[in-house]
Amino acid sequence: MNNAIRACWLSFGQFAATFGGFQIFSLRLLPYLAKAVLRPRLITEQIYSVGALSLVLTMFGGFFVGTVLALQSYSTLVEFGQVDSLGAFASEALVRELGPVVAALLFAGRAGSAVASEVGLMRATNQIAAMELMAVDPIQRVVVPRFIAGVISVPLLAAIFCTMGILGAYLVGVHQLGVDAGAFWSHIQDRVELYDDVGSGMFKSFVFGVSASLMGVYEGYYAAPNAAGVSRAATRTVVITSVWILLFDFVLTGMTMPGV
Amino acid sequence: MSGETRAIDISVGLFILLGLGSVVFLTSQTLGSGDLSNSASYTLHARFDHIGDLKVRAPVALAGVTIGRVSQITVDPIEYQAIVELRIDSTFNRLPIDTDASIATSGLLGGKYIELGPGGDEEVLQNQDEIEFTQSAILLENLIGKYMLNAKAE
Repeated sequence: MNNAIRACWLSFGQFAATFGGFQIFSLRLLPYLAKAVLRPRLITEQIYSVGALSLVLTMFGGFFVGTVLALQSYSTLVEFGQVDSLGAFASEALVRELGPVVAALLFAGRAGSAVASEVGLMRATNQIAAMELMAVDPIQRVVVPRFIAGVISVPLLAAIFCTMGILGAYLVGVHQLGVDAGAFWSHIQDRVELYDDVGSGMFKSFVFGVSASLMGVYEGYYAAPNAAGVSRAATRTVVITSVWILLFDFVLTGMTMPGV
Repeated sequence: MSGETRAIDISVGLFILLGLGSVVFLTSQTLGSGDLSNSASYTLHARFDHIGDLKVRAPVALAGVTIGRVSQITVDPIEYQAIVELRIDSTFNRLPIDTDASIATSGLLGGKYIELGPGGDEEVLQNQDEIEFTQSAILLENLIGKYMLNAKAE
């Protein structure tokens, strides 16, 4: 009994230490953000590896989420004779929820884990220590460009995801299920609002971008310097980021939903 | 500049262009004619005894065509009436001063909206004016209740 309490207390202490360490790490990044603009090439390289390389996966995901959404909602809407609002239904769901959340989850799996294992391997092979010896700040050289690139990429990826989803819903809805094309687009224009829907979706994906990329660099930077540590960092990034995204999504939806 | 850096630059450029293009696409698809966030508008007020389940952002229609939105709903604590604020597109700034506002339902079960019926006065409503003639929401439940009471009496 005593042992169980002690184990609980120890794991709680460990959790608190990790959580606190994470907050301190986030604060340490702040003063570097402005300076990072002076080395734009570092950021573009990272946008290439976390953003541009995630593009195909994101477009693929968005397209098929859109097609499935159209198929699913059609079978319900047709019972009420409301198939004209298929476009509005699909695009509202995509822009508000699915776009930001699924794009961020894909980003965490595709790019967050890659960042964590890359930085973790740098730690394991003493590259970070070598930089410190040469008076190169590893946070500025390694961590901050990856963080900024993630923050820039995730909202763009979410927007691309939504667009591909709407096109997918259009293809299935209009060409396969026979929804009127004019009604499809005009219902979207009617129902989807710029600030309440697109704006809140973009705001969400910005928050998700910050948490996903922060997690990747943090786990990588403090990875145990061995093979198991690197793989643990990659796994933890995906797991913790996913939990955060889903939790934040609930909170942010509650905050931005009109009339709740 | 080496070939590899150039390839990276090009793909980053394409990625950002595609992302911004998607944002523009989403923005342009969502700015319909009923959305006033991008055009000039003016505000009118109307008092109702009961607004049913009228919501903020419900359409304001003239002859069935949406010309504005409900922007705010408040309650007057002294007169016990609902004050509805209407934002109307500035193109429609020639509404006579005796225009009436009624709360209508789109379809049998659809949402509530405000229908304006223009009067015949020479004078027109200005920004921040109040619409004097209003008709409250017709509550389907009350109608059914009345109908049933009448049926019982007979």
